[in-house]
Amino acid sequence: MGLIENHEVPQPLKFVLNWGRKYSLWVMNFGLACCAIEFIATSSARHDFIRLGVIPFAHGPRQADLMIVAGTLTDKMAPAIKRLYDQMPEPKYVISFGSCSNCGGPYWDSYSVTKGVDQVLPVDVYVPGCPPRPEALLDGIVTLQQQIEQESLKERYATRDERRPIVAGDGDPTQHPLDDPM
Amino acid sequence: MSETLASETSAGGVLPGAPGEALQVEVRGEGELQTQDMNLNVGPQHPATHGVLRVVIDVDGERIVGAQPVVGYMHRAFEKLAEHRDYRQIIALVNRHDWLSAFCNEVGVALAVEQMMELEVPERAQWIRTMMCEWNRIMNHLMFVSSFGLELGAITPMFYAFREREDIQHLMESATGGRLHFTYTRVGGLKDDLPLGFLKASEELVPVVRRRNQEYRDLLLGNEIFRARTKGIGALEPEVALDYGVSGPSLHATGVAEDSRVTEPYLKYDEVDVAVPVARNGDSYDRFQVLLDRIDASCDIIEQCLANLPPGPISAKVPKQIKAPEGAIYVRTENPLGQGGYYLISDGGKQPYRMRMRTPSFNNVQMIPHLLQGELLSDMVAIMGSVYFVVGDVDR
Repeated sequence: MGLIENHEVPQPLKFVLNWGRKYSLWVMNFGLACCAIEFIATSSARHDFIRLGVIPFAHGPRQADLMIVAGTLTDKMAPAIKRLYDQMPEPKYVISFGSCSNCGGPYWDSYSVTKGVDQVLPVDVYVPGCPPRPEALLDGIVTLQQQIEQESLKERYATRDERRPIVAGDGDPTQHPLDDPM
Repeated sequence: MSETLASETSAGGVLPGAPGEALQVEVRGEGELQTQDMNLNVGPQHPATHGVLRVVIDVDGERIVGAQPVVGYMHRAFEKLAEHRDYRQIIALVNRHDWLSAFCNEVGVALAVEQMMELEVPERAQWIRTMMCEWNRIMNHLMFVSSFGLELGAITPMFYAFREREDIQHLMESATGGRLHFTYTRVGGLKDDLPLGFLKASEELVPVVRRRNQEYRDLLLGNEIFRARTKGIGALEPEVALDYGVSGPSLHATGVAEDSRVTEPYLKYDEVDVAVPVARNGDSYDRFQVLLDRIDASCDIIEQCLANLPPGPISAKVPKQIKAPEGAIYVRTENPLGQGGYYLISDGGKQPYRMRMRTPSFNNVQMIPHLLQGELLSDMVAIMGSVYFVVGDVDR
């Protein structure tokens, strides 16, 4: 789709494209800890996020548009999540679900926990809570959909490399510490 | 020979030439097939591993010849963090290591601190704790019922089991304020008394759970595909199970009825009838059957708790700052997945000097190499889904 990447599409076409994209978010559940249970609860009958067009049956990262990081990310797991994120095709979105993936949560002083998934990948929507209620995830998904509705794909592709994660410390910003594969 | 064959097939209207005839095949050695073991890495992010357990398996064709679980992807240092939290905060912390049995975990820690402080917990609080433990046990088992069905290709049990889980979560939330992590226990008792209508709602929910448990039996245990995929798969011998320190439903499925609710009762388990369902073969089917039987057994205990619940206070008098006296204690509890334990060492301060956890999932995972040895690769999911573990409980 070289056209969309390089040219700003007319508004009516953009409206239709974004409308289609926001209601077909194939999600990759990166279930790590407790929040993954609430994620499953959100996908099941009572809360049912499939009615919002979020489809939890992506076979792998290569088929997914959205990654929901649910749970504690540890330093040992961080290279794996980076690798899976890199396998996802653009345009891709990340929802950080729960305090642990937002900032470390109750393990803020643990030696083995990454203090926030945004140290590894760029995050679009943060959902707070420990664990957040299913309603909070639904709210996060709706927020992301509003964001997708407004955005221009040309801008998103142009700023693709700028959406790098926030890296603590003063290392070389072009060289991410986790670029080194596992 | 081949020419006549080709002409015959072409006469019959099929493409000329036998299949693979044109291939140049070079046979090396004595004509024996040369094979090589393949190293396959399952996980850390794999749908069949319930989280982030990584298993490195060696396969010879379709047979697994070796398996090695790699743990530590969910290591969050609970034991170390507990040394930097006071006793009230630890209760919120231990909720989270086995996220499917939060209430049973927090009761374990509260019991350890209370026994060190020699606190007398009021009767009503103990009965409520017993009942909540059993509700939590049902919730935990329902999760494994749903995921095991899902792993064998049946998505319906997931939707059904989460329907019940939502009902129970709603009930427990009305009393505790939490859907998953309750933090309802306090050292010396409970946070609050039960809300109005809780007992009535409990009484109504128990028969519903029991009735729907029978539906799972019909849906899964009666299913021909389910039986074919689980009967005789991943059989565990009782001696091996005991050697590995396996406990809970996986141990009961081998026929050993070791359950600390019966052998070493805590809370009010000595005043209620606790049925320990066992099976004989120790295979995946039996492990699953024991799980369903345990849901019924928990329903019975809840009914007895509801019948026996006395009025009275829900918390003992505790000092403002909780300090366990110097010493050490080990408390065993029967968590939904097996034998849980907390070894607490105190130097008299407001934080423990050391807290060691014995978690059932860690030991249950240890038998994965033994169970997978010699099995087919496609049975791996059925075996790992029925060795009940939670990754946070493995790595702590």
